Amino acid sequence: LNTKTKTKPGLSPRPLMHEYSLVQALLDRVDREVAAHRGTKVHRLWVRIGELSPLEVTRQEARWVCPRCETPVARGERLVCAACETPARLVAGDELMLDRIELEVA
Amino acid sequence: MCETCGCGDPALMPVEVHDRILAGNDAQARHNREHFDAHGVTAINIMGSPGSGKTALLEATARARGAMKVGALAGDLATDRDAARLEAAGIPALSITTGSACHLDAQMVHHALHEFPWSGFEYLFIENVGNLVCPAIYDLGQAANVVALSVTEGEDKPLKYPVMFRMADLVVLTKIDLLPHLPHFSVAAVEDALARVMPRPAIIKLSATTGEGVDRWLAWLEVQRGAGAGLPVLPSPGATPRRPL
Repeated sequence: LNTKTKTKPGLSPRPLMHEYSLVQALLDRVDREVAAHRGTKVHRLWVRIGELSPLEVTRQEARWVCPRCETPVARGERLVCAACETPARLVAGDELMLDRIELEVA
Repeated sequence: MCETCGCGDPALMPVEVHDRILAGNDAQARHNREHFDAHGVTAINIMGSPGSGKTALLEATARARGAMKVGALAGDLATDRDAARLEAAGIPALSITTGSACHLDAQMVHHALHEFPWSGFEYLFIENVGNLVCPAIYDLGQAANVVALSVTEGEDKPLKYPVMFRMADLVVLTKIDLLPHLPHFSVAAVEDALARVMPRPAIIKLSATTGEGVDRWLAWLEVQRGAGAGLPVLPSPGATPRRPL
């Protein structure tokens, strides 16, 4: 994983598509963490990508529940609680997260 | 790690981040929002497919707006045609040419704010790049998201693009003057699809050509500024699809 090409955030070449733009944002963040921890190499990244994000990878499935009575609302159904008519709330599935970086340090 | 030369394993350090990948954009969007709030400007992010009628919606807004003070930023891949159309309609507008980027981000909007006298408007419309996917995940600092969906795009679009429609505060169903020519298009089916991807579905059926629905749109805009009681924007009660999707 070569993160050496980056300059300051915002001075990077304009990303082409949202996939590039997301990866660029990811690399920017990894760069900052590498510098902050005086890392010499990045071994692994842990990311979490939800189903309701515009990336086609293995994804966290969307999960909706009623915010009042916690009743689950199935994906594909109308997003209101069958029991109390409250609009459902998304509790998982829109993640675009960087969770952890495994760094090699000198 | 190194098993051949005997130099020993390097020290591996886990760094816990647990942050959104777009945290940088989110921070810039918060900054934009502070600017908008400080000047009492209601920013409306308008998204939708190419040709869904985003610019026509704003042209219709210009014709009917009365004393409303409105301006616009128009995201466009390669031209400034949208901004020119809006200027011709009487809306001060600045084009944000994105080159090859398929969406606006908070930083592009922030740059535009430095080149455009926006702070005297009541409403700043941010017409996003025509695209039903990417713009949805980039917060720009807007007060509300509007998705324009034209009747010629088909009633299944909310189900096919749930990321976009989930983020919508309002869907404007455009070009409804064409409905007589689209015998297979069911508004009830669109409303049913929206209810499956939007927890609080809101829809206004509108024609920029005939002006139908523009009154509801203006009333909805006033509600975003905390003014007026608005007009109904909920899907028809008990709307059922004409046929299963």
